Amino acid sequence: MHLYELPIHQLRDKIDRQEVSPAEVLAAFYRRINEVEERVKAYITLTEEQAGVRASEPLSGPLAGVPLAIKDNISTAGIKTTCSSRLLANYVPPYDATVVNRLNQAGAIILGKTNLDEFAMGSSTENSGLYPTRNPWNLECVPGGSSGGSAAAVAAGAAAGALGSDTGGSIRQPAAFCGVVGLKPTYGNVSRYGLVAFASSLDQIGPITKDVADAALLLNAICGHDPLDSTSVDRPQPDYTQFIKEGVQGMRIGLPREYFSMDFDQEVKTSVLAAVQRLEQAGARVEEVSLPSADFALAAYYIIAPAEASSNLARYDGVRYGYRSKQNAKLSEMFTSTRSQGFGDEVKRRIMLGTYALSSGYYDAYYLKAQQARTLIKEDFDQLFKEYDLLISPTTPTTAFKFGEMSDPIDMYQADIFTVPVNIAGIPAISLPCGLDSKGLPIGLQMMGGHFAEGKILQAAYTLEQLLAFKEQPAEVGGAE
Amino acid sequence: MISKKDVEYIARLAHLEIDEQDKEVFTNQLGAILDYIDQLSQLETEGVEATAYTVPMKNVFREDRIATSISREKALANAPDQREGQFRVPPIIG
Repeated sequence: MHLYELPIHQLRDKIDRQEVSPAEVLAAFYRRINEVEERVKAYITLTEEQAGVRASEPLSGPLAGVPLAIKDNISTAGIKTTCSSRLLANYVPPYDATVVNRLNQAGAIILGKTNLDEFAMGSSTENSGLYPTRNPWNLECVPGGSSGGSAAAVAAGAAAGALGSDTGGSIRQPAAFCGVVGLKPTYGNVSRYGLVAFASSLDQIGPITKDVADAALLLNAICGHDPLDSTSVDRPQPDYTQFIKEGVQGMRIGLPREYFSMDFDQEVKTSVLAAVQRLEQAGARVEEVSLPSADFALAAYYIIAPAEASSNLARYDGVRYGYRSKQNAKLSEMFTSTRSQGFGDEVKRRIMLGTYALSSGYYDAYYLKAQQARTLIKEDFDQLFKEYDLLISPTTPTTAFKFGEMSDPIDMYQADIFTVPVNIAGIPAISLPCGLDSKGLPIGLQMMGGHFAEGKILQAAYTLEQLLAFKEQPAEVGGAE
Repeated sequence: MISKKDVEYIARLAHLEIDEQDKEVFTNQLGAILDYIDQLSQLETEGVEATAYTVPMKNVFREDRIATSISREKALANAPDQREGQFRVPPIIG
């Protein structure tokens, strides 16, 4: 077993017992990165020098010496944070995001910054302004997105764990495509301070890890109230690792009829239902349930997210930071040419969609309507969580698709059909691998819970992980000998 | 249905310049997305309150006290152009 193959909790134990030093662990990961990065391209920036300095210092905390990767839309002081956009190609934040601060306080070491779809808008990393990341299970396939770099890095052993961000599925969908675990916390459970804003009422940072126990460990480190984010919720925080124990006896699990009746990959459906059966055999009570308004979630999402994005991305005008166009004889010319040259097509598409939805005469028909739909979707979920502990669905309608396969924007948007309702309702959800399809690509299962029910989700996910004992490794990057 | 003229108008509001060929593409794509979104009109929302944030929230206040902030130097470090400790921009009028 190579060090880079170990989950965080095992690495940390080895470091704690002084079987290996943080510097040796770090060296093992950079060796691995050198081996696989040319094929996978998970990273935008590697921070080997800073990481080396840090590994030589005395480190303490629950993640002491653990090397992690950070999605490149999360601010890191003194380290480029590009959002995979030409507009921010040379932007160096003057401050750390709260989650980065907390990881540092917990003793973690940052390996580098990972690739994403530009400004986190996409489901494949094909919208990256730099280059796409490739799926370690099959290099001809996308890793998912937008946190594709983080998921691919973890799957390839190029990071022990990573942070991603999830606005409509951007943690869970790539986790599913890359055969790793991805957790989107409850809205407000993790501070967004320093996360470059895409859609502020939906964005949430969360962990991407090799296993469920690691997700609990990272969540422990990053969660909790932050005075710098007024939407972060002030409430007592449990120790999430206490939920890493087996047991679903008597747990009530709902399978949303509207999800399973959709037309999607039969192999994905079979695999997810087989996993559900394992939970049932372990004592969970499983029933079909109804989420009638969930059908409208994707439509509501494609109003709310672009509307908020069009407002959030108004700040990229070439004045204070980032790219400034050379065509700048006049201020207004500078604004327009900077944005036109700096943004990629998907970002432009969403800015225009959002601008349209918010423009005079359309606000009620689009934005207000979508916010009302959100109320109904949330109420549907709230109602179910009075009777059920968890809901289960596939994470994605298909396994990883090939580059270029989803050339139509709406086809691409459909990749998030099962993940988007969770963001609309603000609830937590996890994706964990439940098997492989006939092409040898991982299948993701999604567990959703009520607000702040991360503990229940982690316990059920851990139980399922033990029952399934999913041990397959990505074929295309292999172990090095 | 969204027209090419609409796209030109929105692009102007959003400070984006779209070339002729892309205008066609964007018009078709935005039209298709708006068609998809239109299914929301089937949802009965009469009298339903709008939700902006899903977790109950109220205004968050704090004392108005001066705390440490980013220095001028640091704040200007990413500036494309600066002079005398300030961001420098092209003429607004002229």
